[in-house]
Amino acid sequence: MSARDAILARIKSKVAAGPDAARAATVNQRLAAHARNLIPARGQGDDAHRIRVFTAMMEAVGGTVEVLDDVNDVPEHAAAYLRNANLPAHLRRGADPLLAKLPWHRGGALEVVEGRAIDSDKASLTRAFAGIAETGTIIQLSGPESPTTLNFLPEVHLVVLEVSNLHASYEEAWSRLREQAMPRTVNMISGPSRTADIEQTIVRPAHGPKNMHVLIVRSS
Amino acid sequence: MNELSATFPANVSKALADGQLQYALTETGPRFVAKRAKARDALPEFDALRDQARDIKDHVLAHLDIYLERYERKVIETGGQVHWAETAEEARAAILAICKRIGAKSVTKGKSMISEEIELNQALEAAGHTPVETDLGEYLIQLRGERPSHIIAPAVHLTRDQIEADFRRVHTHLDPKRDLTEIPALVEEARLVLRQKYFDADVGITGANFLVAESGTSIIVTNEGNGDLTQLLPKVHIVIASVEKMVPTLEDATTLLRVLARSASGQEFSNYTTLSTGPRRASDLDGPGEYHVVILDNGRSNVLGTEFQDMLRCIRCGACLNHCPIYQAVGGHAYGWVYPGPIGAVVTPALTGLAKSKHLPNASTFCGRCEEVCPMRIPLPKLLRHWREKEFEQHLTPGAFRWGLGIWAFFAKHPKLYHRATRLAARVLANLGHAKGRLSSAPFAGNWTAHRDLPAPQGKTFQQMWKERKR
Repeated sequence: MSARDAILARIKSKVAAGPDAARAATVNQRLAAHARNLIPARGQGDDAHRIRVFTAMMEAVGGTVEVLDDVNDVPEHAAAYLRNANLPAHLRRGADPLLAKLPWHRGGALEVVEGRAIDSDKASLTRAFAGIAETGTIIQLSGPESPTTLNFLPEVHLVVLEVSNLHASYEEAWSRLREQAMPRTVNMISGPSRTADIEQTIVRPAHGPKNMHVLIVRSS
Repeated sequence: MNELSATFPANVSKALADGQLQYALTETGPRFVAKRAKARDALPEFDALRDQARDIKDHVLAHLDIYLERYERKVIETGGQVHWAETAEEARAAILAICKRIGAKSVTKGKSMISEEIELNQALEAAGHTPVETDLGEYLIQLRGERPSHIIAPAVHLTRDQIEADFRRVHTHLDPKRDLTEIPALVEEARLVLRQKYFDADVGITGANFLVAESGTSIIVTNEGNGDLTQLLPKVHIVIASVEKMVPTLEDATTLLRVLARSASGQEFSNYTTLSTGPRRASDLDGPGEYHVVILDNGRSNVLGTEFQDMLRCIRCGACLNHCPIYQAVGGHAYGWVYPGPIGAVVTPALTGLAKSKHLPNASTFCGRCEEVCPMRIPLPKLLRHWREKEFEQHLTPGAFRWGLGIWAFFAKHPKLYHRATRLAARVLANLGHAKGRLSSAPFAGNWTAHRDLPAPQGKTFQQMWKERKR
């Protein structure tokens, strides 16, 4: 017997209560229902509430947040952010259509390059699939629009988050995720990289970005 | 191989006499407790979430065979490969076969307790591959050739001075005059040294906090981002996970995630929670070309259906370690194997045999804090008691202990003699400790009083005082 069959048979012999068909039906029902468990109240509320909670949670873990009325203001704000951080006016982004059509000339000298991140990139810009107010978390899906390296290699990660995608809780994002094929990677990111492995002292960054800056946009 | 749990009493004496370890434990232990309490207080639904978390895992365990099959089917559908391993040896063999096939030189690793359990690094090295631990804590102990002393903070037993010394010993290509006195300087140096390793690696190995049946997804939780760089940059990503990591849906995983970080480090949510499903897609610009999952049993299925089954709900948050007076006094290495603290004292006998680890279930004061804080509501004191009963049944208890119990049982069955004996003992001990109100040594209790005083009785037994009050 293969290891697989031996393990499964042993488990079944130990736990199986009731007929096979009934047990399988229970599992099928559970997998199909996607039932939501208890969802904390914290994130629930109107746009202003979700922005407020998201911002507080993100700032508590060392990230920063700006709220813009118009997505077309992103280039200027991204350029200003890099200038203030003393970083080169160079930004790597994925092939996301919203980011592609932004008026990048408004970023002045800002150079915007499309593709996956490389070692020398100092800053990246991604469009979040979702933001989660409950814990100040953004969700990124891998794909040509948003290669995963953009989330981890550069020193600074800038994120565009549309208010319409800023949800109270993770569960709303999962429902939307199921409308498409599962991507290779789903990244839930709450602030910049950190470690507390030496004497329980929090130090940022560890291996990932040292800052995460979220631009929440009210209209896109 | 579990060689060291058997010498637990000697390990403890060593740990108590280790000044640096004692310093590290007193500095960091209380911080974990305070952080968890703060996170719990910030979420009114926390205890209700714990109930649901427990119920989710109980449901999974009752249908584990079916969920594993469904999960496997989804992994294969999304282009991944599944390898089943009954034992540590089979798991190592599966991983080594992949590394050999692609001619791997460097193998980066995210933090994984299962990797520790199967002693993967030693096997990789023996086969000519170079394992590189990328979690800072794991990197620190890899430099020292040690095991983790804590489930989520593997290097919690080390002080910054020890780490500085290790860095100077190993990172000889860096300026010997550099300043490493502050913790951020140590972290920055590790970041620099490990950065290139991610790019050089041929294979990246991570553990899994959860395996999601509905989508064939593995989930890891980190703060550093090391697990992501480990699985993102090499050609091959291997996940090593044990059978009980299974959850039905993303919603169920989410409930467990809500209690995991809060219980572990007191964070609202870990910085990076990453869901991985299959290898890179045709249109992806990055990500591994191969995705493998090694599913390990290693004795866990034998625990199902027994009085010990509840231990399989564990999500390895480490809260029971942080709240355990024994762990906080002796640290993790004294437990001798991979999993320390109350959960380690329950898991180790199950996975490595009670004969080797019979001391561990006795390393408890039954204060109950572990069960109080466990996000999965595992009744740890009860499970420890079950192991003590097994120890007695299997005649593993030392002769003197059994003899003492026999004497006590005789008196317990003869109440008149019992009362007379305890009255006498209480009077004698009260007289002996008259001056100080405590005894610095007592008959038959030399080992106990070597480390603390015995409070002297007031002179009367509980039964005597009860009678007097009634009157």
